[in-house]
Amino acid sequence: MKALSALCLLLASLAAQAETPQQIRQAYSAEAAGQQAGFTASAKRGEAFFRQRFNQNDKMPACTSCHTDQPVNAGQHAITGKAIRPLAVSANAERFSDPAKVEKWFGRNCKEVVGRACTPGEKADFVAYMSEVR
Amino acid sequence: MKRLCLSALLIVALPAFADRLPLPADTPASFKTECGSCHLAYPPALLGAADWRRVMATLDKHFTSDATVDAVQKQEISTFLEKHAGKSGTAPSLAGEPPRISKTARFVRKHDEIPARFWRDPRIKSAANCEACHTHATAGRFSEHDIAIPELRE
Repeated sequence: MKALSALCLLLASLAAQAETPQQIRQAYSAEAAGQQAGFTASAKRGEAFFRQRFNQNDKMPACTSCHTDQPVNAGQHAITGKAIRPLAVSANAERFSDPAKVEKWFGRNCKEVVGRACTPGEKADFVAYMSEVR
Repeated sequence: MKRLCLSALLIVALPAFADRLPLPADTPASFKTECGSCHLAYPPALLGAADWRRVMATLDKHFTSDATVDAVQKQEISTFLEKHAGKSGTAPSLAGEPPRISKTARFVRKHDEIPARFWRDPRIKSAANCEACHTHATAGRFSEHDIAIPELRE
């Protein structure tokens, strides 16, 4: 019985964490719509953001500094050289499936590369692009 | 005779052991995810406890990055690192400020034959990138027989 409860709890917690990129995009879109009426996520804007040079950081002027300009390809950390698995969902199904992880990396990377926190709209666009790019 | 065999075995086995640094069985998941995303989740024995304390105290300026973790994870990771830290004794650390594994005497001695041009190779990029050369680094195997880049395997 104890084992069964534990299993139920485990399944419940897994279900709470595992989401689809669509759900994550929708959550950011809803947040963005609260600030800007009628907001709809755009993969095209997401791509432009991904390729933009923010020039806040010598070693990492843009997202592409580590993730390359093709998100379906593996990247390489600009400083340590560690391999980075592709950002595109079509090439790496694990991407954008854990909201806490997504939020953690937007938090770190926006601060480091963009030089500020990203807006919910920018995050929604980014997730839209990474979900669609092939 | 038995003792002699044992000693002989030990002498043969020791260098092999020295290249094996698997992560301890009690490695917390937070160490692997928080410390193993931008670089290898380094074996804690590669720095002394005092050096790890300095690393953990300055995570907001971790080399060039903000690698801050939440308070619970910070405690968990610090406890783990100090428990499995290398035995540096009371000797002053050579690892520098902030401490770098690549500045420790052991690392320098083990890599002293590597020419500068290899460190600059784009496939390697940095001394932080263990896996570029040590194929089995994630499994804690750093033997020089397992070097990935052929021209380095001499």
